[in-house]
Amino acid sequence: MADQALRKAPLAGRHGGSAGARVTPAAAATRLSLRAGEDAIGTLSLAFGLELPRRPKTSASVSGRHALWLGPDEWLLIDENGTDLMGIASGVSALHSATDVSHRNTAILVSGPDAAGAIASACPLDLGNTIFPVGAAARTVLGKIEIVLFRSGEEDYRVECWRSFSPYAFGLLAEGAEDAGL
Amino acid sequence: MSGANRIAGQGRLTPARTARFTFDGKTFDALEGDTVASALLANGVHLVGRSFKYHRPRGILSAGPEEPNALIDVSRDAARRQPNVRAPVQEVFDGMKVSSQNRWPSLAFDVGGVNNLLSPFFAAGFYYKTFMWPKAAWEKVYEPFIRRAAGLGVAPTEEDPDHYANRYAHCDVLIAGAGVAGLSAALAAAEAGARVILCDEQPEVGGALHFDTSVKIDGQNGYDWAQATAARLEAMENVTILTRTTAFGYYNHNFVGLVERVTDHLARPDKTLPRERLWQVRAKRVILATGSIERHMVFANNDRPGIMLASAARTYLNHFGVAVGRKVGVYTANDSAYEAAFDLKRAGVTIAAIVDNREKPGEAVLAEARKLGIEVLTGHSVVDTKGKLRVSSMSVVRNGGGSARAIPVDALLMSAGWTPSVHLFSQSRGKVAYDAASGRFLPGTYAQDCLSVGSCNGTDGLQATIEESLAAGELMARATGNEGGGKVELRGENAFEWTGGMAGTGEGAGIDTTVKAFVDFQNDVCAKDIRLAVREGMHSIEHIKRFTTNGMATDQGKLSNIHGLAIASEVLNREIPKIGLTTFRAPYTPVTFGALISHSRGELFDPARKTPMHAWEEAHGAVFEDVGNWKRAWYYPRSGETMHDAVNRECRTVRNVAGLFDASTLGKIEVVGPDAAEFLNLMYTNAWDTLKPGRCRYGIMLREDGFVYDDGVVGRLAEDRFHVTTTTGGAPRVMHHMEDYLQTEFPHLKVWLTSTTEQWAVIAVQGPKAREILEPLVEGIDISNEAFPHMSVREGKICGVPTRLFRMSFTGEAGYEVNVPADYGEAVWQAIWARAEPLGACAYGTETMHVLRAEKGYIIVGQDTDGTVTPHDASLSWAVSKKKADFVGIRGLKRPDLVKEGRKQLVGLLTKDPKVVLEEGAQIVADPNEPKPMKMLGHVTSSYWSENCGRSIAMALVAGGQARMGQTLYVPMPDRTIAVEVSDMVFIDKEGGRLNG
Amino acid sequence: MLLIYCPYCEEERSELEFRHGGDAHIARPTNIADITDEEFQDYFFLRDNPKGLIFERWRHIHGCGRFFNAARDTVSDKFVMSYKAGEPKPNLSGEPTATEKTVETYEATEGTAK
Repeated sequence: MADQALRKAPLAGRHGGSAGARVTPAAAATRLSLRAGEDAIGTLSLAFGLELPRRPKTSASVSGRHALWLGPDEWLLIDENGTDLMGIASGVSALHSATDVSHRNTAILVSGPDAAGAIASACPLDLGNTIFPVGAAARTVLGKIEIVLFRSGEEDYRVECWRSFSPYAFGLLAEGAEDAGL
Repeated sequence: MSGANRIAGQGRLTPARTARFTFDGKTFDALEGDTVASALLANGVHLVGRSFKYHRPRGILSAGPEEPNALIDVSRDAARRQPNVRAPVQEVFDGMKVSSQNRWPSLAFDVGGVNNLLSPFFAAGFYYKTFMWPKAAWEKVYEPFIRRAAGLGVAPTEEDPDHYANRYAHCDVLIAGAGVAGLSAALAAAEAGARVILCDEQPEVGGALHFDTSVKIDGQNGYDWAQATAARLEAMENVTILTRTTAFGYYNHNFVGLVERVTDHLARPDKTLPRERLWQVRAKRVILATGSIERHMVFANNDRPGIMLASAARTYLNHFGVAVGRKVGVYTANDSAYEAAFDLKRAGVTIAAIVDNREKPGEAVLAEARKLGIEVLTGHSVVDTKGKLRVSSMSVVRNGGGSARAIPVDALLMSAGWTPSVHLFSQSRGKVAYDAASGRFLPGTYAQDCLSVGSCNGTDGLQATIEESLAAGELMARATGNEGGGKVELRGENAFEWTGGMAGTGEGAGIDTTVKAFVDFQNDVCAKDIRLAVREGMHSIEHIKRFTTNGMATDQGKLSNIHGLAIASEVLNREIPKIGLTTFRAPYTPVTFGALISHSRGELFDPARKTPMHAWEEAHGAVFEDVGNWKRAWYYPRSGETMHDAVNRECRTVRNVAGLFDASTLGKIEVVGPDAAEFLNLMYTNAWDTLKPGRCRYGIMLREDGFVYDDGVVGRLAEDRFHVTTTTGGAPRVMHHMEDYLQTEFPHLKVWLTSTTEQWAVIAVQGPKAREILEPLVEGIDISNEAFPHMSVREGKICGVPTRLFRMSFTGEAGYEVNVPADYGEAVWQAIWARAEPLGACAYGTETMHVLRAEKGYIIVGQDTDGTVTPHDASLSWAVSKKKADFVGIRGLKRPDLVKEGRKQLVGLLTKDPKVVLEEGAQIVADPNEPKPMKMLGHVTSSYWSENCGRSIAMALVAGGQARMGQTLYVPMPDRTIAVEVSDMVFIDKEGGRLNG
Repeated sequence: MLLIYCPYCEEERSELEFRHGGDAHIARPTNIADITDEEFQDYFFLRDNPKGLIFERWRHIHGCGRFFNAARDTVSDKFVMSYKAGEPKPNLSGEPTATEKTVETYEATEGTAK
């Protein structure tokens, strides 16, 4: 039998940003693209141990597991502890679709007092405190690419993007962080 | 001393803080805060440039962004050089180099000045009339000549070493302009709790308070009040003040572009600072407080250096402490110019005379002039000036006739009144309305959620402006849901209310066709040119503008539009509103490409997408090609190999041994749900309900018009789960196309789509030894030929990680596509390589992939098809279900044109000389001797040297191609005609036995 | 740049997140395989391209991903409303249609030039 293959993260070893906005690659996580109709939300919420959000631009988080509302029947589930989310989904009989996207996405963390400014260098969303409060999440654009933006704390944002776009996203955020810190 | 014309005790600059710069090689001293214009004037330099067409000597006309004349070239170093900079806007920094433009050999002696003498030949419309014939001469002779002789600065040739930044910003109220009106509005809006952005193009807030020292607000000097108010606003969390920031474009839905100049005024800018920052502001409400721009007077030779706007002279005196002359004349049709004379007089400058075009100026200014002992000539006009490189006298006559009196002056100030700056309002698609009483175009019908306040709205009087602005600020804050704060009150007083104003020519512009009374300084348009345009049949202002080029220079007619309109109105004998105003377009002032591009440079210009195996490929010498944004390994040359050698070796190796290919970029879509098969039945021409889990099928997707849109292999993982692949380039649009039908045409289907393109790294292992290579690495899947035949898919493990293993082939060899979660891609590739290399296999790139698939006649959508090809045209009829009642494209395929005889069909081509490789895109004819134009039968879509066939092979779209099998056709090339034979498209292993090997 | 109200996200978002999808309320015939050439022509090729009010499809492709419909004035680019896919075409007959002239020419104001 061959040796166990080792993981290589797309942004391994990168760091950047400024004192006001640190830009760092997030650790590996498991992710699920979850699709389901209204009827299945209750069952799925029970299975995943958090209330799947029903309101636009919101999220739910329980100990390192996050469910981000992306569309009226679509959630991005992220588990920072690496739990087998596909395994949980396969146990749910209510009609839904679960697709593993753990490796499709990678995440960049932007943290610090100038974090919102760094992101605003390339993202057209209004990141004002009342409009994009802690816990807010949305799929949007960053420069020329699509991202999912999640505000995980007062000064903490998680930028999810597809892995091949991540060096571009990282570069853009690093430049934005430098400018926002001026 | 920073210039002989600096007057002690005048202005707001600090005498101790100096900066040094050069102008055309000569060193000058300036003060910190000076503009190039104020510093040159302080040093007595009025001549700063030559005009566009006539090369006439030109000076500084204004003190703001409306400047048409004083365009200079500014540089820090060779790469940091910018032409066409407006001298009154550019701040001086220590060590800057400034050059004049459009002159040769020197500013004072310019050979191009001969154009001035030849000016009868350069009348309006001259370009259109003179250079009509011969046609070819335009490109080779006339245009290069005109571009050299006329024109502005010279663009730098080196790459811009600076960087630029971008910021998206959102606010409740954006206020453009931080004069009295803008500051008042900002205060009211901010106090009510609104998120406010206030921008102004000048280095400090204050607007007209820079020059208007007779204003007091809340008992404070106006300029000081402005700075104190800015400080108060700055301290509020909900306010952003951006100075040196121009609102240059007002677009749809309150989207406003601002450009902030961050370092252009700094001697040694910190390298981290961007040179400029683009602000893309989305405002719930906009308040335009853009003020107004003083107009010049139109009279003969009104363009000599030393002749300038009255408010500009006042700015140079009151803000910069510079007297623009020692014996100054004033020519005006408006009260405001009097105050310039008063200020200069009080500062010790001689006022030669105030010549007022009107019989009755304002009483108050007349009284003050008398008090100061200034001669006022009412009902008089300046009809000419003298002076070669600077004005030396003005010639004054009584309106209606009489002899001219020459009055010596060394500067002449003029004012024809004030033009409200409705540029941004107009850009917002608001409609201006002509106010006949004041002779101004003012905001009329609003198109967006904005309000104009202050003088850009035609509001005269300080207190009226303050009250209007405070009310607007509060209103806009309330309208965006802000309920905080109390009422803000401000009390303003000023010395004089201004009356008067005129548009068009005074007495001195003459009707003589040789008189140069400039309307548009930058484009050298005179009053006579506009009259000529009308005489030549241009009756629409849009035509007049283009015929004369009035208002078409970089200043966009900030000074000239109204004058031009008035002259046209007079000649056409039609009222101004009936002629209409030309449309103001963004940008308000020129914007650098750097700012517009901002971060999108170098590596951030466009995402470079790399697969998980990219580093390995790079380390193994791969040459990459761009496929969309992807970098794909193209071929792997070994030392000494040409591309041709490498591709031949790779092609041989794959068919004889095996090869590894990175197929990760293929689009992948997971289709999940109980109705997945039914949905795919509708999206593809093939039938999917008959596909068993664990099996794959090649599918063709059409557009509704019946043409091939995409293709790919689809594997069924379970009853309700399919793994769909698309072309690399087609991935996003196929996903969009499928979502479109799912959401809007077939919403009843219970199925969901997820893009998984990047979830999986895909390693294609192809060739006779493929199974031998993979077998020991795979767990949980029997990959024997019997258990895992061609077109199968299984889930299991490889190298200890999950895999979706496909038995499929795009080479015609027995092969596998190993899908593993992307982060494992490189490690699994390495493990497979470790087994493959000792067996003699190779890594191959996209070029070899292309050759191998062509040897088998497999098409590439987008290369062999072009959006006008049906599956039948491509010999893929077998993939179109005849049993299904519906699929996208089913009706399109029956369209008369698509079932017609003689359609272009995909066929193979074999050159008669097997060594000749056709050019892709080459045209095909039946008779090489047919006279031109020859009848084109089609074109070559794919063409390669096939090492495995030992000859060239090609695919082509040929009219009626299927019926031409064995026929000889011809491919005419510039140097020869190539004979080809039409063949089928399978050039190797026609029975397909190798696939199942 | 437009600001577009997404009826699923329930807020206005930048045009950058959207993709235009052509005319709305053009249903794909359920018997499409059997329709005549003229019917197919009407369904697939012919559009009105009105000056003024248009009903059109948008997709919030970089947002919630949903297709929806919107009524927009093609002259002013103002959105009258947007609504979810599948909802009936709203009756907006009371809405004024655009009369704005895009270019003011002599001919438009004065008649034929002499």
